[in-house]
Amino acid sequence: MRAAIVLALALLAATAAAVDSGQRFQDPAEQARYERLIRDLRCLVCRSESIADSNAKLAADLRREVEAQMRAGRTDAEIFGFMTERYGDFVLMQPPVVPRTWLLWAAPALFLAGGILVVLVVVRRRARIAAADPAALDEEPDRP
Amino acid sequence: MKLPLRFLVPALAFAILVGFFIVGLKRDPGEIPSPLIGKPAPAFSLESLGDPGWKVGSADFQGRPWLLNVWGSWCVACREEHEALLAIARENRVPIMGLNMWDERALALRWLAELGNPYVSVAYDPEGHVAIDWGVYGAPETFLIDAGGRVVRKRVGPMTREIWQRDFAPLLPPPASSP
Repeated sequence: MRAAIVLALALLAATAAAVDSGQRFQDPAEQARYERLIRDLRCLVCRSESIADSNAKLAADLRREVEAQMRAGRTDAEIFGFMTERYGDFVLMQPPVVPRTWLLWAAPALFLAGGILVVLVVVRRRARIAAADPAALDEEPDRP
Repeated sequence: MKLPLRFLVPALAFAILVGFFIVGLKRDPGEIPSPLIGKPAPAFSLESLGDPGWKVGSADFQGRPWLLNVWGSWCVACREEHEALLAIARENRVPIMGLNMWDERALALRWLAELGNPYVSVAYDPEGHVAIDWGVYGAPETFLIDAGGRVVRKRVGPMTREIWQRDFAPLLPPPASSP
């Protein structure tokens, strides 16, 4: 158990140590904004990494682009718009909520609802059996 | 005979899962659909690879279809597709412009001298700025731009004669009647 916790912490530390940890902006607020932006953009070469975590050439180019656009006074929405115009929604680490992704976003809630439904059905059925004949549960718990 | 729910539900879930897998098998996970398809080609003007004093760009092909091929001498798959590009150039149906990305002039020129040059011109983009505008995420990539200046097809990965014949050639205007 302890080993598992140590391993989990080590993995967490590994993800926290991004490739691009360099200071790009003097202003801490701007630096924080920069780091948030590059963490929300996907590296299209490595797919599961953000451009903050990837040391691919493309990721470096896109970080440079984010920095340049921030210096040019662009808003977050403008920077994300610039990226999706060129690379599609796939470049965003968080898929946008549009009709095409409704099922994706709703999936966790749907699975949870399905699970709750199953639990309710089973519990009620067992309660009914228990009320009718308490001994029956010990023999074959699932019998309808 | 009535199937009990406890058989029907897992069977249904299994069928749905299999459906997803079958669709997934037929899709290439390496291919990210380009948002550029159907949109006007991003304009650019860059130094020519062979002659720094000369500008080449998207305006060179006003009113005719052209091909943009992204490559670099560092790119192994570009070597693989080179024969196919030479064959397309020999067909003489559509001019190919090269976009040389993340490269050094000397290395790129030596590559063309060694392997042959399928390009009517090559734009030199060592920093990859134009590549970002075109949504390029690796070389080789090939775009077909129609006479109206719109991107109509994109290939990520090496071009082959088969892919050219199947996906690109049918989009070109019919070849002019020649002897």
